[in-house]
Parts: sequence; structure tokens; C-alpha cells
Amino acid sequence: MPLKIAVCIKRVPDTETRIKPGADGKSIDEAGVKFVLNPYDEFAVEEALRRREAAGGGEIVAVAVGPDAAQETIRTALAMGADRGVLLKTDARVVDSLAVARLLAEDLRPGGYDLLLFGKIAVDDSSHAIGPMVAELLGVPCVSAITALDLTESAGSAEREIEGGVEVVEFRLPAVLTVEKGLNQPRYPALKGIMAAKKKPLEVKPVELSGSGIEVLELALPPERRAGRIVGEGPDAVPALIAALRNEAKAL
Amino acid sequence: MTGILAFVEQRDGALKRVSLETLTAARAIADLMQGSVTALVIGPPGVDTSSLGTYGADRVVVVADERLRLYQPGAYTAATAARVREEGPAAAVLSATALGKDLGPRLAARLGCALASDVTALAFEQGQITVTRPVYAGKALLRLRVTGRPSVITIRPNSVTPVERPRAAAVEQGSAMPAEGSVRTVAVKEPPGAKLDVAEASIIVSGGRGLKEPANFALIEELAAAIGGAAVGASRAVVDAGWRPHADQVGQTGKTVSPNLYIAVGISGAIQHVAGMRNAKVIVAINKDKDAPIFKIADYGIVGDLFEIVPRLTQEIKKLRAG
Repeated sequence: MPLKIAVCIKRVPDTETRIKPGADGKSIDEAGVKFVLNPYDEFAVEEALRRREAAGGGEIVAVAVGPDAAQETIRTALAMGADRGVLLKTDARVVDSLAVARLLAEDLRPGGYDLLLFGKIAVDDSSHAIGPMVAELLGVPCVSAITALDLTESAGSAEREIEGGVEVVEFRLPAVLTVEKGLNQPRYPALKGIMAAKKKPLEVKPVELSGSGIEVLELALPPERRAGRIVGEGPDAVPALIAALRNEAKAL
Repeated sequence: MTGILAFVEQRDGALKRVSLETLTAARAIADLMQGSVTALVIGPPGVDTSSLGTYGADRVVVVADERLRLYQPGAYTAATAARVREEGPAAAVLSATALGKDLGPRLAARLGCALASDVTALAFEQGQITVTRPVYAGKALLRLRVTGRPSVITIRPNSVTPVERPRAAAVEQGSAMPAEGSVRTVAVKEPPGAKLDVAEASIIVSGGRGLKEPANFALIEELAAAIGGAAVGASRAVVDAGWRPHADQVGQTGKTVSPNLYIAVGISGAIQHVAGMRNAKVIVAINKDKDAPIFKIADYGIVGDLFEIVPRLTQEIKKLRAG
């Protein structure tokens, strides 16, 4: 059955990037930082594509909240195969998950989506919050951090990892699912896809963020770890290591 | 109520150890605001809540129903939100476990309040709660002031040491909510000899590409078993190569961990890996390359062949345990 699928994505610094606080002391210095499609969102886009391929039809809309530069991130999802994009444009540096979730929910509510896919976490602010929040705001079921998915016409079953096990969760459509690494292996955009993406519709809608009661005091680098030492070379250094762990570090 | 609501997590009817961390954090903040702590337990009948008073709960509210044995998102959210509305705490605190990472955002959205996720420190300054949370997977720390009330705060496992703060802890029964039907947890599958999760373990032994092939992870598992209560982690390289399940991955696209002891074996220390484990209290590195970046953040290092060093380490720890 063809589904109408929204994939909510985010523009984030590449995971190999070094992070440096900016002049305001509250956000990162973006100079020289390479931005990419959030890695977990790649799994979400991939899952949408696979569902469309399996059903032989359907529509995939990539939705992002962010600055103008996030258009490039949306083009990445379009190059992978999404049909069209929506940018909810704001230059505000967002730390308030609920504010973002409200913007998304408002845009998604009238869309008539069967499935709303998210990465389980954005690797920048690491809040793992937007998917479940949007589900709450829309009043639809949500399963977060899924590693397996089985869908029928009106319902589904997903697995999510918990500590030392896996939960099996059944839900009805429409639903929000947030995707964990392992659900699938995302494809690389092919040249043909990259060319096609340039012509796909991308709508930009200016939005205003409202706060829910949280403000940034400071963004800082973590304290440097005090200098460690090499206790020795080869297996003969093992007793010295154990002594250090027991007597100095009290860690064994 | 002026104070804190602590959501206390159970698994299959037994309180989770992280719950005592949550409770300890709740007690500390409540003391600073001269408020009280209510512990909320949702689960099947018969959960032993006797430790909750020991770790600082003034009151314990138990919502018991056999249908709530497993985490039911709808019912858990409804019951917790109802309790927050009724009691009016300054904040609801949860552990940032698989459950807390799902329940926390739902709760905040339902209450229309701010969420601070996965925090590693809490304070109370000038009448407001402030929190510290690692962002960019630990490459930076964000300090936030929570101005709204109530708020929802999830606390990263292993960032608070449980402290006994005995209180009377009167136990009350809360009313059970009917299960909400559109989403339902039907089962929990646990592999035989259920593994300790890296996100919860206080000691982690992690392996990387230096192990050369998947079968050699036996060395890591033996060391973890010898230490006792240690989890096995892995670098992105070996997870992407399919040697280990992604649940074991430590790093920016895996889990961010804060154990007491992290032993990195055959891991070079790529920036995305270090981001995930640099908050470990003590780091040990074993690597053949003395210039590997992992040694820059390790407290103790041994340079050399892991295939000689790790079995010796396992053997010495076994001796120690036996002695």
C-alpha cells in the first residue's frame, strides 16, 4: 500500500568535526565546520525509500527546521530519493526541543501523513526528543529508537533496543517512528539522483520559535583530562597497571 | 509541593540501580530548594520499594497494575503527567535510559514544558535549576537554566553516585490508568545470559580494529568476565564491519558513556570515539602504536601487542579475584 511519509531531518556538524565555542560563548564557532545530514536521519530517509519501493508508490517529504543553509541538507535527502522538501526557516539557535517539535507538528498536522520518520537523535544537541514530542503533540503513536520494522496497511510492529534486550511494540498508523542505527544501510546518492534533486520542489516557510522555559548560560569545552602516563611496554607492564588501578585510581 | 518528582524505574518488577541515582539527584536539588521528594513507581504489583526511603524519598507513590509490567508509553505518560499536575513539583526527574529517553520527551510535550535531556550535573542557583549536558556527543558541555516550571529532566546513568539519605517514605497507592490502545509493548526479548549494556555499566572493556578479526573479541569478553560486571563495547570501525552489534558501539553515532573505568583495546582514538567515552572517570589504553591519539586522553597506557597484554591482564585479574 503506497504511504505518504514525512521524514524530519536536521543539518548538523560532521561527526569528525572539532567543536570550538563561538564568540558568544553560547554556541559553536561555525567557521570551517562541515555540515551534513544527521547520520541517524539517513537511516530514516532510507527506510522511507524502502517502504516506497516495496509499495510501488507513495510520497516522501523531507522536512527540516533550520537556517537557509539547511536547504543543502534537504537536497541530500532529495538526492537519496525523497520527492520534495520543506524548510521551516529560522536563524535562531535552538536549544528548546519542544519549540522545534511544535513547529514541526504544526506543519505536519494537515499533511495527512501515514508515517512520520525521524532519526533517533541529532548528533549535535543529542536530545533524542523531537520524534516522541511531535507524536504527543499530534496525538499519534510513537516508537523510538527502532531496529526492526514490520508494517501492514493500518498497523505495524517494531523492535526497540533497551538495556540488555529488545522491546516488541505494536502500533497503529499513522505513527511516529524514530530510527536507530542498524535498521538499514543507507544508500549513497547516485549522480542521477543528485541531478534530479536540483529540480525537485523545495518550499521555504519562515517560522518563529516560541520558548518553553529553557535558556543557554554557556557552551564550553569539557575540562581537559589530566595528563596520563604510559605504565610500560608489553605484558610485563600488566602488574604496574593493576597496581595503579587499585592503589591510585581505586578503579578495580 | 515544592520539590521534585523522581520517576523510579523498574524492570520486570525489580527497581533498577539507576533509579537510586535519580533519587539521589532529586534529593540534592530538593534540599537546596528546601522541598520534598516524591518517588513515583509504575509497574506490576509487588515491587519492593523499601530502598526508596533510604535514598531520600519523603513519599512513595506506587501505580501498580499487572498491565504496567512492561513499559507502556501511553499509560506511563498519562500516569506520570497526572502526578505532576496533581503535585506541582518544580521538576520531574528520570534516568536517561531507553525508557527515560522515550518517556521524558512525551511527558514534556504533554505538560507543555521544557525538557533537559541526558544531563550529567544539576544545581540550584538563584532560585532556579541549572543543568549541564554534554552536546556534540561530549565534545562540548552546555549549561542551561531551566526557567519554566515544571520541567522534565533526564539524568545520564552513572553521573550521580547514590547516597543514603534516610527518610520516612510513606507509601501511597496511586490509581492505575487504563492502557492506551494505539501503541502497546507486547514483549521484551532478552538474549540468553542477558548482556550488561554499555550505557549502564560501571566498567567497560572496548575493542577496536586492532583485534584484527571478530573471533578475537573473545579476548575482550574474557577480560570483561574476569573483572566481573563489566560490559563489552566496540568502536565504530568494528561495528560498521559487522563484527559486533551496533548496541555495543561507543562514540558519536553510538552510545555516550560515563563509566568508572574504560579499557580501550586496539582502539586508535578517533575523535568520534573519544567523544563518546571521554567522560569515563578512568581510561586505560592498550595499543601497539605509541603515537595513537587514545594515549592522549588515557590515564594509564600500555604500549605493545594486545594479544600478549590482554590475556596477561585477564590472568592477573583472575588471580586477584581468587586471592
